[in-house]
Amino acid sequence: MTKSAAVRHAELGTASVAEFLQFLFSGITVGAIYALVGVGFAIIYSASNVINFAQGEFVMLGGMATMFLLSGGEPLWLAALLAIVITAAIGLALNKFAVEPAAHRRGGGASVVTLIIITIGASIFIRGAAEVLLGKDSHRLPAFSGDQPIDIFGAKLDPQVLWVLGALALAVVGLRWFFARTRLGKAMLATSCNRLAAELVGIDVRMILLASFGLSAALGALAGILTAPITLTRYDIGIMLGLKGFCAAILGGLGSPFGAVAGGLLLGIAEAMAAGYLSSAYKDVVAFVIILAVLFLAPGGLFGAKATERV
Amino acid sequence: MIARLSRRALLGSAIAAGAAMIAAPAMAQNIKIGAFLAVTGPASFLGDPEAKTLKLYAEKINSAGGVLGRKIEVIVYDSAGDAKQATTFAKRLIEDDKVDVIVGGSTTGETMAVVPLIDEARIPFISLAGASVIVEPVKKWVFKMPHSDRMAVEKAYIDMKKRNLSGVAIIGGSGGFDQSCRKEAQALAPKYGMKVVADETYAPTDTDMTTQLTKIKNTAGVQAIFGCGFGSVTSITARNYKQLGMSTPFYFNHGVGSQQFIDGAGGGAEGVRVPVAALLVAEQLPAGDPQKKAALDYGAAYKTAYKEPISTFGGHAYDGLQIALDAIKRAGSTDKAKVRDAIEQTKNHVGVDGTYNMTPADHMGLTLESFKLVEIRNNTWKLLE
Repeated sequence: MTKSAAVRHAELGTASVAEFLQFLFSGITVGAIYALVGVGFAIIYSASNVINFAQGEFVMLGGMATMFLLSGGEPLWLAALLAIVITAAIGLALNKFAVEPAAHRRGGGASVVTLIIITIGASIFIRGAAEVLLGKDSHRLPAFSGDQPIDIFGAKLDPQVLWVLGALALAVVGLRWFFARTRLGKAMLATSCNRLAAELVGIDVRMILLASFGLSAALGALAGILTAPITLTRYDIGIMLGLKGFCAAILGGLGSPFGAVAGGLLLGIAEAMAAGYLSSAYKDVVAFVIILAVLFLAPGGLFGAKATERV
Repeated sequence: MIARLSRRALLGSAIAAGAAMIAAPAMAQNIKIGAFLAVTGPASFLGDPEAKTLKLYAEKINSAGGVLGRKIEVIVYDSAGDAKQATTFAKRLIEDDKVDVIVGGSTTGETMAVVPLIDEARIPFISLAGASVIVEPVKKWVFKMPHSDRMAVEKAYIDMKKRNLSGVAIIGGSGGFDQSCRKEAQALAPKYGMKVVADETYAPTDTDMTTQLTKIKNTAGVQAIFGCGFGSVTSITARNYKQLGMSTPFYFNHGVGSQQFIDGAGGGAEGVRVPVAALLVAEQLPAGDPQKKAALDYGAAYKTAYKEPISTFGGHAYDGLQIALDAIKRAGSTDKAKVRDAIEQTKNHVGVDGTYNMTPADHMGLTLESFKLVEIRNNTWKLLE
C-alpha cells in the first residue's frame, strides 16, 4: 500500500520546513557571533572614528582568559567576570600606552589611519603574547546550559545560541540607553560628531577615548566567553572573528551598534542559506557579493549615519 | 677607543674562526640535521611536537655517544606553516648551515614549495607531511614519513564495505590538505564499490556546519559520512553532527588524531571512526605488534620530557630522525648521495608509524597494516582490530 499523494506531499512539506528552519538556525548561530563582535567595533568607531583591529583579540582574550581561570579551579561565573575585567584593563592599557600618546602628540596628533595601524600592531602583539603565555592549543568552554539541543519543528538549536542572542539584545538596549541617557554616552557621541567643539564645551576627549576602549574590550571579552562553547577558542581565533565582526559592522553601518547587529545576522543567514540552497562551496562568495552590493548602493552601510553637513 | 676595541675584538674572533676552520678536519664534525617546521601559526599542533621530538632525541643520542662517533646537531627554523618562509629557511639550511639531511616540512604546502630547492641542492629530504603527492611521482631526493591521505581513505572504505555501507557523503574544508583528501575519496570510491552521493565544503575558519550536515542528512542514499580535515573545525563538525541527532556512521581522516579533537567536540566525537598511527593506541596493541615497543618507548620519553600528551605528529619527526641517522650509519658517512641511497634501501625499519620498507618506487615505505582503525569511545581511542 503506497502512501497517498497528499500525505507524501505533507511529509515533504514538513521536511522542507524543518530544513529551512535548520538553515535559519545555523545562520542565526554564526550571525549572532558576528554581530556581538561587530558591536565592539561600532563603539570605538563612534567615539573616535578609529577602527580597532585589535577587537578580535579582545574576543580571543575573553575566551582564553576564562579557560585559563577555569582550569585554575575558579567557578565559571567568576572566571568569566575576571576575564572581562582583565580584558577591559588590557583595552584601557592599549589606549593609554599605544593609541593616546600618538593621538595627542605635541604638535598635532597622528591621523586616524596611523591610529588604525597602531591597533593592527597591537593585535599582533596581543596574539603573540597569548600564544606564548597561554599556549597554542584550542580549548572549549563548557556550554552554559548543557549540550542538549532544543527541538523546534524538527530543527535543532544549540542552547548556547540563546545566551549569545540574549547578550546581543542586552548590549543593544544597554548601549542605546548609554548613548541617549548618560552623560558619558552623550559626551562620547558629541566627541565623534565634532571633536573640537566637544573639547571647547569642556568634554575631556582623552577620557572619552579611554572609556570607549575599556567598554569595547569588555564587550569583546563577553562575546569571546559566550561564543567559546560554539566556536572553540584559540590564541588566533581573533583574526577570523575580528574579520567577520568587521564585515558585520561595515555592512550595518560603522558606528551604529544596532547596524552591526543587523549586519551580523544578515551576513550569517545569507551564508547559511547560500550553503543550504545553492552550494556550500559558494557560501562565502554569496556573502561577499552581498557586502559589495550593499556598500555600492549605500556606502554608509544599511544603518549608517547619512553624511550630512549643516552649514 | 670603542671603535678600536671592537675592531680588535673583530680581528681576534676572525683569527679564532680561521683557526677553528683549519682545526676542523682534525676533529669529528657534527652531523647536522636541518628542519623547518610550523612551530607557531595555525599548523603549530604539527610543528610544535615535531620540534620538541627532534630536540629531545638529539640530546638522547648525543648522551649515548652520537652516531659514527660524531655528535648530532639539530637546527630548527620556525616556518609558521608558510610556504614562502619554508623556502627561505630551506635555502638557509642548505647554503649557510650546510646541513647533511633535512627532516621537516610539517605541511604539504611547505614541503612541495621546497622540492625544487632540494632537487637543485641534491640533499636528502624527509618530509613529515601527509599528502600522497609528495612522493607520487617519486622524486629522487624526497621521502616522507606519515601515512598518506589515500591510505586513510582506503582504510575507511574497507571498513565501510565490511559494514555493507556503500553510499558515502564527503564533508571537508577548502584547504589544501582537505582538498587532497577529498580528491582521493572521490577517486578511490569506484575501486571499493562506494558511491559518493554528497560532497559538502566549509571554510577552515567556519564555526557552524549544521547547514552542510542537514543537507547530507536529507540526501537519499547516504549510509556513511567521511570527513576530510584537521583542527578545531573538525571538532565543531562532530559536535554539530550530535546536535542534529544524526546516527549515520561517521569516519574522519587521520588529521583529527589528537585529544584536542575529542575534547573540542563536547561528546560529539563518540562513535567516530578514524584511521590513526599505532602511536595513539600503543597500550592497546597486541603483544606481537612490531610498533608496540617503539611506540611505548617514544611515548614514555616524550611525556617525561615535556609533561604533555603525545600526538601522532611528533611520532613522524621521531621516525624521520631515526631513518636519517640509520641511513648515515649504513652509509658510513654524511656523503649526500650515499645517504640518499641508504634511505632508499631502508628495510624493516621499525618506527612508531609503522615498519618502513623503502624502494626506488616507494619513498614512503608504509603499508596499510600499520595504520590502525580506532573508534572514539568514552572520550578516548579504542582499537578496533
